[in-house]
Amino acid sequence: MTTTLQKSPERALPALGGRKRPKSSVRLSTIMLHLLLAVGGFLMVAPFLWMMLTSFKSLPQILSNPLGLFPNPWNFNNYADAWNAAPFGLAYWNSIYICVLTVAGTIVTASMAAYAFARIEFKGSKFLFVLFLATQMVPQQVTIVPLYMIFSKLGWVDTHLALIIPAVLCNPFAVFLVRQFIRSLPVELEEAARLDGAGRWRILFSIVMPNIKPGLAALSIVVALGAWNNFFLPLIVLNSENQFTVPLLLSQFTGQYGGVNYSVIMAASAISIVPMLIAFLIGNRRILNSMAMSGMGGS
Amino acid sequence: MTAVLAKTGLPGAPVVERAEAAWRKRDRWWGLVFVSPQLAGMCAFVLLPFAVGLVLAFAQWDGLTEITWVGLANFQAQLADPVFLRSILNTLGLALITVPVGLALSLLIAVALDRLRGRTGYLLLYFAPVMTSSIAISLVWQQILRADGPLNQAFFRVFGIPGPDWLGDPHFVLLAVSIVTIWSSLGLNVIIFLAGLQGINSNVLEAARVDGAGSLRTMMAIRLPLLSPVVFFSTVVAVISSFQTFDVVFVLTKNGGPENSARTIVYQIYDEGFRHFQFGMASAASIILLVLTLVVTAVQLGLQRRFVHYES
Repeated sequence: MTTTLQKSPERALPALGGRKRPKSSVRLSTIMLHLLLAVGGFLMVAPFLWMMLTSFKSLPQILSNPLGLFPNPWNFNNYADAWNAAPFGLAYWNSIYICVLTVAGTIVTASMAAYAFARIEFKGSKFLFVLFLATQMVPQQVTIVPLYMIFSKLGWVDTHLALIIPAVLCNPFAVFLVRQFIRSLPVELEEAARLDGAGRWRILFSIVMPNIKPGLAALSIVVALGAWNNFFLPLIVLNSENQFTVPLLLSQFTGQYGGVNYSVIMAASAISIVPMLIAFLIGNRRILNSMAMSGMGGS
Repeated sequence: MTAVLAKTGLPGAPVVERAEAAWRKRDRWWGLVFVSPQLAGMCAFVLLPFAVGLVLAFAQWDGLTEITWVGLANFQAQLADPVFLRSILNTLGLALITVPVGLALSLLIAVALDRLRGRTGYLLLYFAPVMTSSIAISLVWQQILRADGPLNQAFFRVFGIPGPDWLGDPHFVLLAVSIVTIWSSLGLNVIIFLAGLQGINSNVLEAARVDGAGSLRTMMAIRLPLLSPVVFFSTVVAVISSFQTFDVVFVLTKNGGPENSARTIVYQIYDEGFRHFQFGMASAASIILLVLTLVVTAVQLGLQRRFVHYES
């Protein structure tokens, strides 16, 4: 299994979402299976459906008719209210650029370290690699208090540097994953470039990285999701509202902005997750593949 | 390849050998150059804070006044504090509910999907929560789990008895947090298990079929054993991540739940460190979390030898 993954990361899961051998007849058990899976699937998205429906209701309607599922009339003001109640536009921008910088930076630094571990013989490489793997075991919360002290010494408290720089410079999981991709490449590829006079730097950026693009795409998705949905670190590091990321701003909604106005809270939740869900609907095959691979990465 | 050239004894060999030596020499520092950004990050943002945290756990500090050394007092205080003990029990309880139930459900779903055509649609449904931020998810569930929320209304309609006040009753808060946690992480494990099942060599399955094994037999004797490394890995990851539960508790319960019924260790770290500015106490709590994580992972690694089958 792992070998298939290493040989062609992109086609690692040929049948994931695709079809399998055709069955001659539809059996009763298959129908039952479909039925169970459909009920389960409905339960999985029911909270989202309920969120969407509630986000279009007015508060009086919720209070007077708590059992009514569908909005009557459809109230579109909740979205404007949610958007205007808090600096959502700014939070969006903050989240987007943090996400983009984190992904771009991680790809470069992780590829460099991964290439060194995969292909370069240097003193202490084995020890360092084990150290990288070991640090993965340390939960972020264990280092959070001293990390906060370091940020405050560096003047990074309440800035986005505290979210971007550590994420870019310290992602042992990314290093490990990219190392797996690089090891799957034939060494001959690099030796040909070497005969042409390319140095390590050129080999990495113009031979190795272009050849593991599918793997890097998968890594980007995992890193982007993590950066976009990160909550703990922004909660601790950011104080000013104009620095807030989307999840952090959203977390303020129960108290500060939304109060008990459930519809506005649901509208705000929808605003925060709909872009991710749309991205998922568009790129689902690749995202599912990358997630499957990220799960394999550590095994 | 270069080594092969060098051994051929062709006229070019000494030149190649010299080039090879120079290349190797340069490699020595190229390796370090390439590793240095990540190495610097690891030192600055993991190793250094880790070391500082170890020291700080033995001190009393509020971030402003002088640091005073208190020895083991922080640990003694935490371990004597019923609130902290409760947070340890809650954290373990959460792991005990979410890990087995979550993984068993994902495994069942993955096995079902493995043999089905047209599974993409289901995957999209099951995976949607994984894509969404834990905060949005928790806000939605907070409304769903209200005493007069849709869950209890449906429950009342079907059974005629009122459902529990999920977030207000100390007996149910941890269960509510578990439900949300299982729901939100289910899809990821389904995907990982499904990838594992799909990766099983079809020749092996074919051979079993030829030998007359039925589908249940193939599942128990071939599919599951071959999948066991993936299941093991997912279990370790699930336990570690359940030990770090924070976001859902933070949003779902205002202050760790009534009577601290859903306060987790990480919530305790946050509370001590960033609400009460007891940095020494928070560090001590975090060291206890680390020790707990290490012990449980070590036990799992020990069990691995007995239950996990690796293809040689």
